[in-house]
Amino acid sequence: MKSYELAIWVFMLAAFLGFELIRRVSPLLHTPLMSLTNAISAIAVVGAILITGEKEASTLTRTLGFIAVVASTTNVVSGYLITDRMLKMFKKRGDAKK
Amino acid sequence: MMESIFPALYILAAAGFILAIKWMSSPATARRGVIVGEIGMLLAVVGTLLRHEVVTYEWILIAFFIGSAIGVPVAYYMPMTAVPQRTAFSHACGALASALIGTAEYFRHMPHGVVMTALVLETLLGFLTCTASLMAFGKLQEVLPTRPITYPGQNIVNLGIFGLAVAIGVALILSPERTWLFPIFTVLSLVFGVLLIIPIGGADMPTVIALLNSYAGLSASAMGFVLDNKLLIVAGALDGSSGFILAVIMCRAMNRSFSNVLFGAFGTIQASAKEALERPVRSASPEEAAEILEAARSVVIIPGYGMAVAQAQHKLRELHDVLTKRGVEVCFAIHPVAGRMPGHMNVLLAEADVPYDRLVEMDEINPEFPRTDVALVIGANDVVNPAARLDKNSPIAGMPILNAYEAHTVMVIKRSMNPGFAGIDNDLYYMDKTLMLFGDAKSFVSGIVKELNAAVPVAS
Repeated sequence: MKSYELAIWVFMLAAFLGFELIRRVSPLLHTPLMSLTNAISAIAVVGAILITGEKEASTLTRTLGFIAVVASTTNVVSGYLITDRMLKMFKKRGDAKK
Repeated sequence: MMESIFPALYILAAAGFILAIKWMSSPATARRGVIVGEIGMLLAVVGTLLRHEVVTYEWILIAFFIGSAIGVPVAYYMPMTAVPQRTAFSHACGALASALIGTAEYFRHMPHGVVMTALVLETLLGFLTCTASLMAFGKLQEVLPTRPITYPGQNIVNLGIFGLAVAIGVALILSPERTWLFPIFTVLSLVFGVLLIIPIGGADMPTVIALLNSYAGLSASAMGFVLDNKLLIVAGALDGSSGFILAVIMCRAMNRSFSNVLFGAFGTIQASAKEALERPVRSASPEEAAEILEAARSVVIIPGYGMAVAQAQHKLRELHDVLTKRGVEVCFAIHPVAGRMPGHMNVLLAEADVPYDRLVEMDEINPEFPRTDVALVIGANDVVNPAARLDKNSPIAGMPILNAYEAHTVMVIKRSMNPGFAGIDNDLYYMDKTLMLFGDAKSFVSGIVKELNAAVPVAS
């Protein structure tokens, strides 16, 4: 099997899994959900690290990679922190008084 | 030996992301979800830093530092009302990262065939989502006008530019050696992103933000194909499907299609003859409103974007508390498209310490309205417009609404009689049982709360 064939399989299964999981998320949490998935897709940082840290990187690719690491680190850090900050606010009746 | 650890770290990271989304299904487990998500991210980053291809660390560490220096203050000091803007901004960052990595990869390896196709898709979606998200950010921050801007032939121009970008993309796939095409391709994608958002009005932002979320995810997934990295494919596909589902939910909640949202320029003020017609309305003071609320057994509060603008959520929580103490059953009815992004109202009310079991979805609350004594509409307009249900010719015909008009009494807090974002007059305001409470939402609610507190204290 060619490597892209496998990749397409992975994509398809992950997309269906995503559909099934997201459908179950309560509309109550749609905003934190969006910031969480945003943080998760900032996994692009992995690709950015590979390009920036490479030995033979040219000035062009290193600069592009550098900006990409900055942008995706911002998303990782603010995405997870703000999701948690939002989720902390969701309290049931009774919890608030404790 | 070491080499075999890295795939394992990536697989664990993917599992972490999947669990993170799974646990988001309920507020009880959601915070646990964030923690596994963070662990997944940490494993992936450490795993990548340790790979033998990565030899230069100084730039990476500087970039980590700058990214954190931006991200941490944003996360801690940003007011919750600015969440839609921040989300748009982070879509822009994510899409930019993905587009730049695609560009770097093009100049590095100049791939062919399937990989090049993925690369073109990655950069196209990345660049267009980047500028589109920045435009959405501008509109949400109100740096740019929130009303749609239209001109004759707009859709043709937009489609033309998109078509040209795609055509150049195809040319690049066929022969990647034509490097001079790449900058043109980039500029066209960037320009298309800007043009795409210009005709979209503020009220359509929930759908647009969700759709941009989906594009950013798909771009990241395409990057996974380019770099042959399954973790990127999985994370991007999860993000892409999440944004897509939210966009579908938003469209359904407005009874409109994607193309109508993107190209319909909804919200341009309709200069209809109807508006010239002055119809009588009944208005009331905070004292009168307080009396009615006090006598009610059940009250449903319907918040909209106006509540966020007026920052009235804390006052509403006080109203909720004081009425609950008096034995009135109070809950909040949340329309899926209320506000500027999916779930916007829930976050604002949760921040104001409203218990989340008091926030009720549209389908659950609608059957309750005929038994509701008072429906208090605050800063919402189109989502309670009975024309959606009753008038087949209305531009919002068929849009699911909160049936506030079925309540025994309706009270609407509103600044003036100006039409809402859809630019449509609302018959709800002219009904006999409707009382218009004119004024700023925050000060009006605080007036009601003051009256209730001044009235006879609760017999405990």
